[in-house]
This record gives sequence, structure tokens and C-alpha cells, in this order.
Amino acid sequence: MTSTIPADLPIPGAKGRGAVEIADETEATKTGRVKKRLTSPWATIAALVIAVLWTLPTFGLLVSSFRPAEEIRTTGWWTIFTNPGFTLANYQDVLLSTSSSSPQLGSYFMNSLSIAIPATLFPLVLASMAAYAFAWIKFRGSSWMFILVFALQIVPLQMALIPLLQLFGQLLRPGQRWLHDVIPFIPEQNYLPIWIAHTIFALPLAIFLLHNFISEIPGEVVEAAKVDGASHTQVFFRIILPLALPAIASFAIFQFLWVWNDLLVALIFSGGTQDAAPLTQRLTEMTGTRGQDWQRLTAAAFVSLIVPLIVFFGLQRYFVRGLLAGSTKG
Amino acid sequence: MTTADLIGKIIQVVGGIAIFAAVVGLVLFLVDRAPKRGRDFIQLLAFLAPALLLLLAGLIWPAIRTTTLAFFSRTGQWIGFDNFVWAFTQPDALRVLGNTVVWVVLVPTLSTAIGLAYAVFIDKSKGEKFFKALVFMPMAISMVGAGIIWRFVYDFKSQGREQIGLLNAIVVAFGGEPVQWLQTSPLNTLLLIVVLIWIQTGFAMVVLSASIKGIPTEQLEAAQLDGTNAWQRFRNVTLPGIRPALVVVITTISIATLKVFDIVQVMTAGNFETSVVANEMYTQAFRANEPGRGAALAVILFLLVLPIVIYNVRVLRQQREIR
Repeated sequence: MTSTIPADLPIPGAKGRGAVEIADETEATKTGRVKKRLTSPWATIAALVIAVLWTLPTFGLLVSSFRPAEEIRTTGWWTIFTNPGFTLANYQDVLLSTSSSSPQLGSYFMNSLSIAIPATLFPLVLASMAAYAFAWIKFRGSSWMFILVFALQIVPLQMALIPLLQLFGQLLRPGQRWLHDVIPFIPEQNYLPIWIAHTIFALPLAIFLLHNFISEIPGEVVEAAKVDGASHTQVFFRIILPLALPAIASFAIFQFLWVWNDLLVALIFSGGTQDAAPLTQRLTEMTGTRGQDWQRLTAAAFVSLIVPLIVFFGLQRYFVRGLLAGSTKG
Repeated sequence: MTTADLIGKIIQVVGGIAIFAAVVGLVLFLVDRAPKRGRDFIQLLAFLAPALLLLLAGLIWPAIRTTTLAFFSRTGQWIGFDNFVWAFTQPDALRVLGNTVVWVVLVPTLSTAIGLAYAVFIDKSKGEKFFKALVFMPMAISMVGAGIIWRFVYDFKSQGREQIGLLNAIVVAFGGEPVQWLQTSPLNTLLLIVVLIWIQTGFAMVVLSASIKGIPTEQLEAAQLDGTNAWQRFRNVTLPGIRPALVVVITTISIATLKVFDIVQVMTAGNFETSVVANEMYTQAFRANEPGRGAALAVILFLLVLPIVIYNVRVLRQQREIR
């Protein structure tokens, strides 16, 4: 059984924490029986080399982000023991400094959060409603409509960018201006377009994945509630949502990280100012204009990496499942 | 960031979520009390319409519009296939297509090969989970972050000064001259490809490792009793056993590779002959004010992805039938 279907990957069990959770239910018994592994000392060395190669670049950046600017400029990070020096000044500079030459990432960090949280919630709610309708409300055309939604996953989001930007310019701009007039706190260039864009791009995959899960809920449960006189709204809130929570959680984590890590959608819909642009966009700008300011770039990169890394190490089980399920998104 | 800015942002997020929740809640509450006649239809509409309308306005219509845009010039004149002719004849545009081919050949094969080797090597070893986490970690971070990490590795300082980029430091340590890695074509494209391989290997490794563990132990034992060595067992038992997983991994990484944008944008912004289709699409449409060419490149990207996706879906459906 080689079930590598991204939509429902075999990643069972809540066993173990702090490591990638893989289908290993039979591992314990197997290790006992097949003592002789497939590998040799050479294989172990090769594995170690790969592991080091894969970790070293990130490690180098992390070490550098804590070194004084002068040291970073003149010596390699691997000489940290001969050229010691530890400082938090780089982080202070990129996050808190208000001088105009500083990247002022505090603001952009806030933007990344402000974009990612609603852009995770909105598509999840709309998609679980649609998935419920496809799975449990009988209507004509249900199956071809679902196939259409499924097929939309193959449309690269590049296909939608130009017209969508034009459409937003005509329809959304007046709304944004009005919002700014009513509540002056809210800048004219606000999060609205980028929320909507992310919601739209998330829907096909979200509907498909949640439908897979919601349609597996035993029919008797739903029917029993119906017999008791529950409406669709009640069934949806009382039965479907609680039961579908694991699937929703996996997708939520995937979508949150996808939005957090996204650059393309942000570049086109955020407007690029401090008002709405996320960290990734700011970092890209910095590599263009200050490509040699390594004391800033290293610390700035880690500011943007910290959230994904926390999610990765903290919620690994959901994370792997969600990530594999959504690996073709975009 | 001033306090006023912060308040403005918090109002936007909290307000946005509150309005969204209120609207959805109200709609669902109202349809619950809809008149008996036609209630089913109203309920269906409330559940389905929001998502379908968004998809129609935000994905289906734009995709059709992009396709037509590809046949118009910058000034809005119908120019037939000129934009596509441009993409397949101009040296710069051909370079972009050529680079994309190099990417899509190298990234899926190398990351799958390395991921598979690593998965086999660490299978059932002590600390397997830890070793997996190390290689899988790049999957979690943004391609922008990965781009910066690798820019640092490729950093260049003129000769005589101490190198702070790992790669040039190694070159200098062996007596070579430092190289401007990212400015030297065609080497720079290969170095950019390394970054995506670095990211995608973790994906290949996790999927293939799960698949390897699904191979019945009896088969391996039987092969062992027949006196085969480790390589023969890998060739004749493991590899056929994980074939479907291999196909899925390779196709999935191919799709991701065709759409690669962030890495190129962060590391060279497409300069020094490193541009690829997705990056050039952005440059043409949103920087060079050539929406027609951008649209044509988007259509080309779609046509490149299409067969792989269809193949991928077919393999997945076959697997599902087998189960």
C-alpha cells in the first residue's frame, strides 16, 4: 500500500512530539525483525553530510544575526570562536528603530499578521460552508459544479493577477477611499484587496480538501439530526464543524503559512507601503536596495522566519499533513 | 510605527473579522427562518453562493480575460499571436523559456534523488525523526527567507578582502579566486536551482519515507533470505514498491518548479539572465507595462502546468482505486 495521496496522507497517530510525524505505526515491530538495515557506514556518512549541508546555511545566518555589524562585514561567521562577539543590536535596529534608514520591520510584522489571520479565517469559513453544501445538500448539478471547483486548482494564480488587479482598481478603490474618509485611522491602502485575493486563491483547494473530510462523516449522524428537526444551519454548526475540526486545523495551518510566506500576491495587491505590505515584500525590497547590509538582512530574515519555525516545531503533525495536502497550490 | 498606525491596523483586522462573522452569521440565521416554500433552495444558495461567486469573479473570469489579453498589444489593439511569437523568438524571451526548462529538469530529479537517498539512509536509524526535521525545515520557511539565507552563502567580496560568504571562503581556502556567483551566467541559474532543491528535498524525503515504510517487511525478508545484497533489495523490492509515490513527488515538485518566482525575485530579480517564466510574467505585466506579454507568459505557464497536473490527478485516482 503506497498511499501517498496528498489529499489524505498516511500520517497517523499523535505519538511522539518535536519531530516530523511519519506513518510509522509498524515501525516498532519491523525494527525488531529486520535487524540488518539497508545501509552501510558509507550511507550513514552520506546522510550526515546531507544533514549538515541542509542545516549549515540557516545556521550561518542565525549566528550572523547576533554578531556586531563590523564583525559580520569583515569576518566569516565560522570564525565566531576566534572573533567572538554577541549583540542584539541588529534585532533592535530592524524591529524598533524609527530612523528612516532602518527597515522598521515592527510595522511590517504587524502587517504580515494582519494579512495572514483574516486570510486564513475567511476562506476556511466560506469553504467549509460550500463543502457542506456539496456533501450534504442534494441538488441538481452538484457533481459537475464540484468537479469544476476541483479543476480550478490547476489554474496558476498568475492567470488571475492582471484582470483581478484591474477589477480591484474599479470596484474596491472607491470602497477603500470611503473607508479612509469615515475612519481616518484606516489608511487608504488597506488590507482589503489582499484579504480578498488570498481568500479567492485558497478556495478551490480548501473546498476540495474539506469536502473529502466532511463527506466521510457518517450519514446516520446527519440524518438523525435531520429527523430531530435540525435545519442545515444547525447541522452545520453543531455536527459538521466539530467533527471536521482536525481537517480544518490542518488546512488552517497550511493556509496561514502559505499567506505568511507569500510574496507574489503581496507584491501585486498590497500597494507596497508600510500601511499594508508584509515582511516578505519588505525583505525583497531590502535585498534590492541594501543587499550588502548583512547585519540588517540577517536579523530581518530571522524576524520573518520565526513564526513559521514556531509553527513547524510546535504543530508538526498538523503542519506536515497540511503542507503535503497543499503542495501544489499556487 | 506610530500608535495611531497600530490602532488603525487593529481596527481593520478586528473590524474585518467582526463584519465578516456578522454577515455570515446573519445570513445563516435568516435562512434558518426562511419561509417554508423554497427554503431548501435559499439554504443551498446561502451555503454555496459566496464561495462560487468569489471563484467566478476572482478566478474563472480573470483566467478567461487573461487568455484574451494575451492577444492584445499594450495599446489594446488586436495583434493575434504576436505576443506568443515574441515569447518564442526574441533572444531574451527564449532565454527565459530555456532557463525554465533547465529548472524543471534539474529540480525534480535532484531533489527526489537526494530526498530518496536520505530517506533510505536514515530509515530505522536512531534519531530518525530528528534527522527528518533537519531536512524538512526549509519547507516551512518562505522562499524569500531561503533566498536571503543562500545569498549570504553566495556573498562576494573583492579579492584580498576576507570572504564572508561560505562558498567563496571555500574557494579562496583552496587557493582559488573569489567569484561573483550571482552575476556569472549561466552558473547563477544553477546556483538558484540549488536553493529550490534545498527546499523541495524535504518534501520528497517525507513522502518517500512514508512510502518506504509501507513496503511489507516480508518482501524484504524474503529477498534477504535469497541472498541479495542491500543494493539489489533496494533496486528490486523498495523501488518498485514506491513507484507511485515517486511519480507523485516528481510531478508535484515539477509543478512547484514551473511556478517558481520568489527565489529569482529575491536573489537576482531576474537580472543576469536568470529570469524564468513566472518571474518574467510579473516583470512584463507589472513592471514593464506590457500586460499582453505578461498574459501570454501566464497562458504559457498554464499550458506547461496542465499536462503534469492531469497526469498527477490520474495517478492519484488509480492509486485510490487500488486501495
